[in-house]
Amino acid sequence: MSKKSYRQAINEAIASEMRRDPTVIVMGEDVAGGAGTKGQQDAWGGVLGVTKGLITEFGPERVLDTPLSEAGYIGAAAGAAATGLRPVAELMFIDFMGVCFDQIFNQAAKFRYMFGGKAVTPLVIRAMYGAGFRAASQHSQCLYPLFTHIPGLKVVIPSSPYEVKGLLIQSIRDNDPVIFFENKVMYDDIEEVPDEPYTIPFGEANLTREGDDVTIVAIGRMVKMANEAADRLEKQGITCNVIDPRTTSPMDFDTILDCVADTGRLVIVDEASPRCNMATDISAVVAQEAFGALKAPIKMVCPPHTPVPFAPNLEDLFVPNADRIEKAAKALMNYQIKEPA
Amino acid sequence: MITGEIKAITMPKFGLAMTEGKVAAWMKSVGAEINVGDDIADIETTKITNAYESPVKGVLRRQVAQEQEELPVGALIAVVADKETTDAEIDQFIERFQAEFSSDQAAGETIAAPEPKAIDVGGRKIRILDTGEGEGAPIVFVHGFGGDLNNWMFNQPPLAEKRRTIAIDLPGHGGSAKETSGDLTSLAATVVETLETLGIGQAHFIGHSLGGAIVLALALEKPALAASLTLLAPAGLGDTVNRNYTEGFIAADRRKTLKPVLELLFADPSLVSNDMIDDLIKFKRLDGAINAMQAIEQANFKEGKQSTNFASRIGEIKAPITIIWGRQDQVVPMTDPAQLPQTLAFHILEKSGHMPQMEQSAEVNGLIDTFIAKVNG
Repeated sequence: MSKKSYRQAINEAIASEMRRDPTVIVMGEDVAGGAGTKGQQDAWGGVLGVTKGLITEFGPERVLDTPLSEAGYIGAAAGAAATGLRPVAELMFIDFMGVCFDQIFNQAAKFRYMFGGKAVTPLVIRAMYGAGFRAASQHSQCLYPLFTHIPGLKVVIPSSPYEVKGLLIQSIRDNDPVIFFENKVMYDDIEEVPDEPYTIPFGEANLTREGDDVTIVAIGRMVKMANEAADRLEKQGITCNVIDPRTTSPMDFDTILDCVADTGRLVIVDEASPRCNMATDISAVVAQEAFGALKAPIKMVCPPHTPVPFAPNLEDLFVPNADRIEKAAKALMNYQIKEPA
Repeated sequence: MITGEIKAITMPKFGLAMTEGKVAAWMKSVGAEINVGDDIADIETTKITNAYESPVKGVLRRQVAQEQEELPVGALIAVVADKETTDAEIDQFIERFQAEFSSDQAAGETIAAPEPKAIDVGGRKIRILDTGEGEGAPIVFVHGFGGDLNNWMFNQPPLAEKRRTIAIDLPGHGGSAKETSGDLTSLAATVVETLETLGIGQAHFIGHSLGGAIVLALALEKPALAASLTLLAPAGLGDTVNRNYTEGFIAADRRKTLKPVLELLFADPSLVSNDMIDDLIKFKRLDGAINAMQAIEQANFKEGKQSTNFASRIGEIKAPITIIWGRQDQVVPMTDPAQLPQTLAFHILEKSGHMPQMEQSAEVNGLIDTFIAKVNG
């Protein structure tokens, strides 16, 4: 056990699965980085260096630099998965997924169902998401709601270095296509991560804080913000549950409903655009299943419905933060039902 | 203690991961005479709360830490001196200590805590924590089912002050390789091989629960290796074990389901903190951990029955034996001392469950220290 970064935890997860299982391969743009040149082979290790070192250990047959064509290599990865390999394909930015929707939505997601369960598609697509990296509108989105919407896909959004290693190993061993969301602002986050391989099951939420007054559900990087808000609120006498669902498909609604039954107050923090995101999805389920438990309306802490701004000051205002979560929780504590006149 | 000498009592380090803690409650007030080993305060970490024993003798002159104040390991919590030392001298001492401590902290200097290391034992990775030095046979700690070397966090540091101590992670546990057939013979053989690897010819063994059965098997198999045995709530001396614990530990995979299982370990269930539960869940997620637990459970505790009972053979062991059992043990039912040879020392700790080394660490440490001193003559 030692302290590792989110980036290092991802690299370890992939390397340990490649050692364990010869069918695991890595493919993507610049995942090695020196292909076709006379220079250093392991020049990049992916655009932010996450896969660095893999080509040295596993060679070019298992670490494939692909042409700059997401439509081509994501399709190839889906086909390779259906025919016996376990590809871990890196798509750089989730924002680029648009050009390969058919390969994912209509092919990979449907194989198991349309072949009557006779085909499996053990495919992992890793992609970066999220604002705060000064990377502008086309490299900063949180498109996990789109993938959560499609039956047949699993959607994983790890919130810390410990979580990212266990969830990625689970993803590689899973027999269904998994879209794996890595927050690029978190690559240098550090915490204790075991050296050995381990798995964290899908569909099992993690309670990072426990309390009696407010339930906060937070997605991905927002778990950090929610923990910070919960720690501040505790000093003011308000205790919170903080729920990290870990995966939005499958989603552990049971834990959310249990916690809402205990606290009666719910704040949902989602960095994705506020229409049809995880916050609206969870709100709908809680409103249907636990309406009677609510002591106040559900609060959603989300960005505005705009593209992610490039101006740093605007981008900072755009991303939900601990201040906004704290304020939302306090508003719920102070909420009073108005008696009809 | 030399007259006029002023001693600092600092925030202790319980376990590998502790970086800060707080005084939950003072158990000695200012002006109280204290002896080495007296409980002076309850120290609380995110993982556990434990009474802290005074490492020094004298008069508690100052409580520097406020109750509930979060302090880093090594920070000054109290000052002990004799009655004659003036308040001004104590103020000066505190001022000097604090200045040095904050400059050490600013320089990133922290107390060098012993780190566990992985060693190669016959081609298999075994993690040990090897700390302390001194004359004579070292102490070797062997934990129980589902435990690891951290189970000795309250015992190894004080016992290492006088002698070498080695805590071992059994196969399948902690940082050791997870492959194991799980039977007592192979687990005992691994302990023997570990000591051979370290070049240790004789040791004082301290075994907890399953570790108790392991050191009993070892002492019967290799009598020359055992200088003495201290058995804490040992397996291997009765017929049953609480299967709600052994099977529950394997089956539970969430905080909600694991908590009631872990509460069976303690007389005071409030000792089970979320951090303790999370650490165990993280252990159980490691590749091979569950398989190892199942193999050990099947080989030793199948359906709540212990597969090996050494009660009739314990008399064959020449090495001196001490047994310590918590009165409130809900995991391994206490063997009736009358059924064992009367030459054995048998201590019953009233306020402990299955983990006396944690729940009554001061008493356990005192018993071990006295016992080993006597064996060594």
